[in-house]
Amino acid sequence: MFYVATGAVLIALLFAVIRAIRGPTVFDRVLAGNTVGTLAILLLAALGFLTGRPEFLDIGLTYGLLNLIGTFAVLKFFRIGDLAYDVTDEQEKSAWK
Amino acid sequence: MTPLATPLAPAAGHVAAAVEKVEPNVEAFIMMVVLTLLAAITIAIVKQRNMFGVVILSGIYSFLMASLMMVLDAVDVAMTEASVGAGISTVLLLATLHLTGSMEYPQHRSIAIPLFVSLAVGAILVWGTIGLPEFGIADAPMHQHVAPTYIEYSKNHQMPPNMVTAVLADFRSFDTFGEVTVVFTAGIGVLLLLQGGWRATSNNRRDDDDDEDVEDAVHGNKEGSSKTAGGRNA
Repeated sequence: MFYVATGAVLIALLFAVIRAIRGPTVFDRVLAGNTVGTLAILLLAALGFLTGRPEFLDIGLTYGLLNLIGTFAVLKFFRIGDLAYDVTDEQEKSAWK
Repeated sequence: MTPLATPLAPAAGHVAAAVEKVEPNVEAFIMMVVLTLLAAITIAIVKQRNMFGVVILSGIYSFLMASLMMVLDAVDVAMTEASVGAGISTVLLLATLHLTGSMEYPQHRSIAIPLFVSLAVGAILVWGTIGLPEFGIADAPMHQHVAPTYIEYSKNHQMPPNMVTAVLADFRSFDTFGEVTVVFTAGIGVLLLLQGGWRATSNNRRDDDDDEDVEDAVHGNKEGSSKTAGGRNA
């Protein structure tokens, strides 16, 4: 059972990496990167049960948070071009003027 | 497996042997797949001319490397790799791209020397692995040096029952104290940076809004300046 799951995760990883390498646009790569992060969590979980030690499952939480932050940073950079840009700050300034 | 009842013991031992026999193969297979993907990602990073794509590919590289560390049972290294490689490195590289622009213009220069250097370093590293003891054996020189002394000493001197805790807190307590000092200093530095940004913005605000109502300015200042500080430090 867990063998099949691990194999499926590996195949999905392969496809995601192929998309990240071939991807014509940046968004393909961003999505592929996010998918690889998710698949790393799944591989961690499947491997933990495969080797009979699912204690490392909590680390998946850390991976998930990192994945979210990384994807947000990339998308914010792509949208605005500046990571330190604050939308609420801009709205506040325009409201005062 | 040893404390089991005698009639069950052979069967259980057989199952354990079968599991032991299968497990390394699975781990080796996963490692082979992930290493192949890592090589493909590396070649793609070298070929890529869009720096934005390189940043994303290096994030993918870090996640794959973290999975590899996880397969090798180095969970702490995997966590560090994921948080440093895929987390903070991506953000720092993107902040750098904001300053430099995200296209690399192809330069026609000789690749002979870099290729030679990388191949030579790779060959030296592979040559170095030949002298290493076999993977995971118990009588490697590393386990014969100070580890038996640690085990004997911590058993005889009423140290913490967890051997890792005993090593970190008793045998290497000065080392651990130094690490804690480093982390403490880093925390103080971050707090000072955040605090400094907050004060500077609140002073600026006060200079700008000196014609407004004092009560309103004090209340508005706190909210507005904390938001500005957060934005500036984010």
